[in-house]
Amino acid sequence: MHTSAIHVNGLTKVYHVPERQAGLLAAMRSLVQRKVREVHAVENVSFSLAPGEIVGFLGPNGAGKTTTLKMLSGLLFPSGGEVSVLGHVPSRREAAYLKQITLVMGNRNQLQWDLPALDSFELQRAIYRIPTDQFQTTRDEFIEMMEVGDLVRKPVRNLSLGERMKMEIIGALLHRPQVLFLDEPTLGLDVTMQRRIRSFVADYNRRHGATVMLTSHYMADVEALCRRVIVIHHGKVLYDGALSGLVDRFAAYRQLGITLAEPADLGEYGEVVSAEGSKVVLRVPRAEASRITARLLANYALTDLTIEEPPIDDVIAQVFATEADQPAMSG
Amino acid sequence: MLDYYWTMARTAIITQFQYRTANYFYMIGMIAEPVIYLVVWSTIATAQGGEVGGFTPGAFAAYYIVWTLVRNMNIVFTPYGWEWRIKRGELSAALLRPIHPLHQDLAYFGGWKLVVIVLWLPIAAILALIFQPTLNPTPLEIGVFAIAIWGAYLIRSMFLWLLGMITFWTTRVSALYELYFAVELLLSGRLVPMSLLPPWARDLALFMPFQWTFGFPIEALVGTLSTTELLTGLAIQVLWILIGLGLVQLVWRAGVRRYGAVGG
Repeated sequence: MHTSAIHVNGLTKVYHVPERQAGLLAAMRSLVQRKVREVHAVENVSFSLAPGEIVGFLGPNGAGKTTTLKMLSGLLFPSGGEVSVLGHVPSRREAAYLKQITLVMGNRNQLQWDLPALDSFELQRAIYRIPTDQFQTTRDEFIEMMEVGDLVRKPVRNLSLGERMKMEIIGALLHRPQVLFLDEPTLGLDVTMQRRIRSFVADYNRRHGATVMLTSHYMADVEALCRRVIVIHHGKVLYDGALSGLVDRFAAYRQLGITLAEPADLGEYGEVVSAEGSKVVLRVPRAEASRITARLLANYALTDLTIEEPPIDDVIAQVFATEADQPAMSG
Repeated sequence: MLDYYWTMARTAIITQFQYRTANYFYMIGMIAEPVIYLVVWSTIATAQGGEVGGFTPGAFAAYYIVWTLVRNMNIVFTPYGWEWRIKRGELSAALLRPIHPLHQDLAYFGGWKLVVIVLWLPIAAILALIFQPTLNPTPLEIGVFAIAIWGAYLIRSMFLWLLGMITFWTTRVSALYELYFAVELLLSGRLVPMSLLPPWARDLALFMPFQWTFGFPIEALVGTLSTTELLTGLAIQVLWILIGLGLVQLVWRAGVRRYGAVGG
């Protein structure tokens, strides 16, 4: 029995993918000699999430994020390893388990297309057998939090992508799940919608103490919600630890924002990212940032100087560039 | 569970009433098939001195007018829809709900049937005015018919679910579906009343579920069955429902395991 909400140990998923060369001859040959390639979508992944924790699950396309989330939610059977979520084995898909989780995928539509979202919410009530009082309270609370009071009576087909996504999320959480698997919940949405959904997830987590695993290609989502991230690449965990630790460990450079008393060419000190009059942004190797800063202060009259970490997107790109076969790191 | 069935059926009713015009055209389009059968058999009956195998033109009219409703009760989630359901991710969504997806289909299409019955009444009235059916059902026949059309719906739902679930293993099953539908057309009472089939075909049909989804409900209302046959028919419907349900459960478990292994 684990005290963690989610416990994963040595989780592995291997797909057997048939493949053949192009052309008629290859097609005929494949009739008698079928070639199957093993694809290790997830390989020996281990981690735990404490109850109430929000963790960013990051990786490039095809890294194994969605496969992992599908195994955690019970949609896929693992090829190996152990998974326990709220004390349940997800692949058994027990009703008692399914009532406590939700999986929101940014590209899925579970609402009744021709009807107002309110009708779909009513259906959720019946599916999850939510007591009427609790259902009405939760529904009204969520509608208010998402600011969609004027939209819930419109047929879903008449809503914008962002509005539909808000409804999807409300519908997915009406039964007040204890574990949320959110797979790209802000995919394709504008900045305002993204912000609203982020704040909703944060509020839900705070009010209901839910555990959240979030994948997103928008680092703003991750920075706003997650203190901890798990980075996965080629099916293996590359990093598991604090988001700030990820920057410390992987940021290869720092950015110096310099305002000179008189314009000058600073190309010899590092890579000039931008130069507008006396304002220069310089990218320098992380290890040399202090020494270069000292040299700049000694050689030029500076009216302002800032030292900044690179944008988190750049750091993540750096992590993905790291060899996937090195042991997982934690921070 | 009743609450779920009612809520889902209500959702289907609201949705289908939004598409009432489309539903009407769909139903009117379906009338062409029985009207052709009716005209052909009535012509043969008249040519043969007024009847064929005990069916007068009026009896044929009754058979094929009731046929139109039973045909609609036979419309369930098609096996072709399974591939679409998997591709669109709807099966994954259904698997995440704490309720078997079979309930979803039974409840949704059940709700749709209620709309169909309401829309069918004026169509049946017009057909009756044109073709003058001989139809004098007893209260027992009406009662058995009212139950049998839902029995038919359940049997066909189970067997088409079974066919559709083959999609878990392969999507190239159109030929198999076509074969199934061809056998069903011949041995169900849809193309021709069961009593007009040759004896060997009737014997073959005894071991298949088809006549209990089509011929039996029609015959229950048009008055060709004895009380014993009516009640035995309902019992056989229950048996086929249970056989179908058992097979669905068996294949479903294996199918979901397969789906979980290869992904959706």
